[in-house]
Amino acid sequence: MSGPELERDEVVSRLMQARGDALLITGLGSPGWDAAASDHRPENFYLWGGMGCAVMTGLGCALARPDRKVWVLTGDGDALMGIGSLATVAVQRPENLAIIVLDNEHYGETGMQPTHTFHGTDLAAMAAGAGIPVTALVRDDDGLSGLIDMLDGGRMPLFAAVKVRAGKPKPVLPPRDGTYLKTRFRQAVLGPTEAVQPR
Amino acid sequence: MVEGWAREAHGLFRSHGVRQVGYVPDAGLSDLITACEGDNDIRTVLLTSEEEGVGLAAGAWLGGEKAALLMQSSGVGNTVNAIGSIITACQMPLFLVVTMRGQYGESNPWQIPMGQAVTPVLQSLGVRVFEVESDREAADAIEAGLKMAFLSNAAVAVLIGQRLIGAKSFIADVAEETRHVGA
Repeated sequence: MSGPELERDEVVSRLMQARGDALLITGLGSPGWDAAASDHRPENFYLWGGMGCAVMTGLGCALARPDRKVWVLTGDGDALMGIGSLATVAVQRPENLAIIVLDNEHYGETGMQPTHTFHGTDLAAMAAGAGIPVTALVRDDDGLSGLIDMLDGGRMPLFAAVKVRAGKPKPVLPPRDGTYLKTRFRQAVLGPTEAVQPR
Repeated sequence: MVEGWAREAHGLFRSHGVRQVGYVPDAGLSDLITACEGDNDIRTVLLTSEEEGVGLAAGAWLGGEKAALLMQSSGVGNTVNAIGSIITACQMPLFLVVTMRGQYGESNPWQIPMGQAVTPVLQSLGVRVFEVESDREAADAIEAGLKMAFLSNAAVAVLIGQRLIGAKSFIADVAEETRHVGA
């Protein structure tokens, strides 16, 4: 059996071209580097810690901003650690939240040890089982094109696991100061005053 | 009819503009959960684990909303890395209402270790802890904590003690049906 055929940098580049003004929360590690490489902007909040929390950070933001699309871009390790979050998202049913997992079947930051998905765990099936109404397992270019169509006008919440090759992404590191990233994101979303003068 | 500290807490959530309330249920929280669920201005978010609530609160703040989290003391143990790695690292606001077990009058020995660890664990992560034992103290601490959290980017936990919510008794509450088996 051959491994995944899609390259993560090409996947993220195509996703970001279709992003529009969606807000972006990235899970720790490579998904953040991928987003920084292809579409670094203030509306990106890069988690540098808190493994397992990317989906819920996206949910909190999506509930707060029903007027904006919110995308979570994360990895299989982060998604597995926060797997219960999928049930929580399913119960809330935010119509503006998309969760995209770059599933390289490995823990990329710790020495490329295989994750559960390498051994057969199907994240899209788990998301469907949790009750998320739209799920996809993407393995090739056609699947990626289909996902992009779904992100553009399809129903949400949406969960997609995109199988990508396990390789080291380009080391494009976003800022790592969390207070800066937080304020920068809030300024972009809320405007310069409300971001720093909460009432 | 919700009364006592839970009623005050719900009113303070409203007056301070809390829009999201994440929770894992606890008997001592049931009135507050009921009050929040009946409020169209508050979105209640049922969590599978307390850790999820920390991400929820961070995301809410990023999007411009205030969140409060409700949990039992044992659930504090599930929040540790998320609080340290997201809330403290980013100086995000965090507001927790924690109903205590393992404290005053506890009859389940499995609750005692985590109950006793709640305050030092939270404090070690930079969370300000207010321990309360009466309706009045609870309302005061919740008001002070909401201000600190959202105006000063502080992480605050109000611990509702067992003197206030009572200590669950596995012997007295279910005496009729209970059988005890030994070795």
